[in-house]
Amino acid sequence: MSITLSAGAVPGPRKDPEVALALGRRRKRADLIVRTLCVLATLVGLVFLASILATLFYRGFEAMSLRVFTHVTAPPGSEGGLLNAIVGSLIQAVLGTAIGTPIGMLVGTYLAEYARESRFGNMVRFVSDILLSAPSILVGLFVYQILVLPFGGFSGWAGVAALAIIVIPVVVRTTEDMLQLIPNTLREAVIGLGSPKWKMIVFVCWKSAMSGIITGILLAVARVAGETAPLLFTSLGNNTWSTDLSKPMSSLPVTIYSFAGSPFEDWIALAWAGALLITLSVLLLNILARSLLRARK
Amino acid sequence: MSTSTENGTIEAPRQSFGGVQARSGATLNAPRIAIRNLDFFYGENRALKGIDFDIPDRQVTGMIGPSGCGKSTLLRVLNRMYSLYPGQRATGEVMLDGQNVIAPDADLNALRAKIGMVFQKPTPFPMTIYENIAFGVRLHEKMSKSQMDERVEWALSRAAIWDEVKDRLDSSALGLSGGQQQRLCIARTIAVRPEVILFDEPTSALDPISTLKIEELIDELKRDFTIVIVTHNMQQAARCADQVAFFYLGELIEVAPAAQMFTAPKHPKTQEYITGRFG
Repeated sequence: MSITLSAGAVPGPRKDPEVALALGRRRKRADLIVRTLCVLATLVGLVFLASILATLFYRGFEAMSLRVFTHVTAPPGSEGGLLNAIVGSLIQAVLGTAIGTPIGMLVGTYLAEYARESRFGNMVRFVSDILLSAPSILVGLFVYQILVLPFGGFSGWAGVAALAIIVIPVVVRTTEDMLQLIPNTLREAVIGLGSPKWKMIVFVCWKSAMSGIITGILLAVARVAGETAPLLFTSLGNNTWSTDLSKPMSSLPVTIYSFAGSPFEDWIALAWAGALLITLSVLLLNILARSLLRARK
Repeated sequence: MSTSTENGTIEAPRQSFGGVQARSGATLNAPRIAIRNLDFFYGENRALKGIDFDIPDRQVTGMIGPSGCGKSTLLRVLNRMYSLYPGQRATGEVMLDGQNVIAPDADLNALRAKIGMVFQKPTPFPMTIYENIAFGVRLHEKMSKSQMDERVEWALSRAAIWDEVKDRLDSSALGLSGGQQQRLCIARTIAVRPEVILFDEPTSALDPISTLKIEELIDELKRDFTIVIVTHNMQQAARCADQVAFFYLGELIEVAPAAQMFTAPKHPKTQEYITGRFG
């Protein structure tokens, strides 16, 4: 199309082709600058991430051996592994999730199905969101006050309780979000058959939202698997083999915390191995969660 | 747009008015539902104003009117769907079998078993085809597995979908096509053995072939069920309905047997609407 307009061809003000070209050049220049800045920022972020991962994988795999999985932690210089920490972490994360998940699911269901507009519901939602972003050390101190001090000492149960408290708001949020995604017409269709509300929730809403809720639970597990702060004040850590939840219990994050800060090379190596283990399992949980969500679509 | 008479799939003699052809000669049966002085409120907003008319037994009542005229609202009053939402309320009388449907003490689950509903968009439950049907039946009846099998087959057959799904009753209902899903939803509604079936624009999300199937189905179902259908499609109202009610701005402007409505509407507003001059 020609840019020279004959008079009267287009009503209204005419545009000056020179100005239009200059504006176009300016737009392109601005685009180039913004794009360059975005790419640079991305690169800076990626460089740090890559160097963290590279160091972790290098030092982690170097320290990795079968011994890590078969031996319990030992004094520096002797043949030690991480068995007690791995098992302790598994027990506490699984039990914490098992306790926190039903509570979180019921609260999320309450918010989405019974208290969408209500004042009390908004309050619960607000508190849950605060808990979601609260520093986890607060949760640790809270459980320290209500479980560790009154019941005479650190214990695996206290660690489980702290992790459960962290799991709850994560599951509340995902359960509510996933239930909100269900169109109201589906609810009306169930109610329209003469169904009581609880059957609608249990047999249709939960079922529709299940893969999303499971994704949330997996992400919650991934979150608590790496928590150190709440366990420092609760299950403390244990250098010997113990599956007794009434005694202090070892865990990977706490072991990493104490080993990495030690001056002993074999302990530091074990800390790298433990860090790699946590990273890999969190990665695996995230991949699982993502593929579940994708299967849903 | 033209009616589909030329392809011969829809029978019945027709008369024409403003390009819309309706079934003729039908007389209306005795009333099944009597609506008296019905008002409906969304909060402060009065969406239905003094509605008064009868819905004839085992015939099709079509409700037409421009968007926002209250026709869907009225449909949702009949099975108390509005009770799900705080702030929505109805006053007046909707009499069915000697009981006022909108009375506060009405047993809603029993009412909804009696008055089934099919929605605009297909709403299959996330279960197998079989379970979609059995779910509603189990809410109201206890029966053996073989009786349930029979009921499922009966409902799917009545909804003209049995032949398409009989070999995959155990696969998910979400895998069906839109038209099949809608017929499954009709089967699910029939399976509860309601007396009245409400259709809320049941074909507006479907292709023409599926639409035709659903319309034929409605024609077939009215032998046993009292049917109320909300539609935006004048031709559909003409093809399906025995009685047509025209709503405008929350008021019932005119209600008449379909033939009369489409040949000699009494109210000028009705005439303007069905000839497509507004709406």
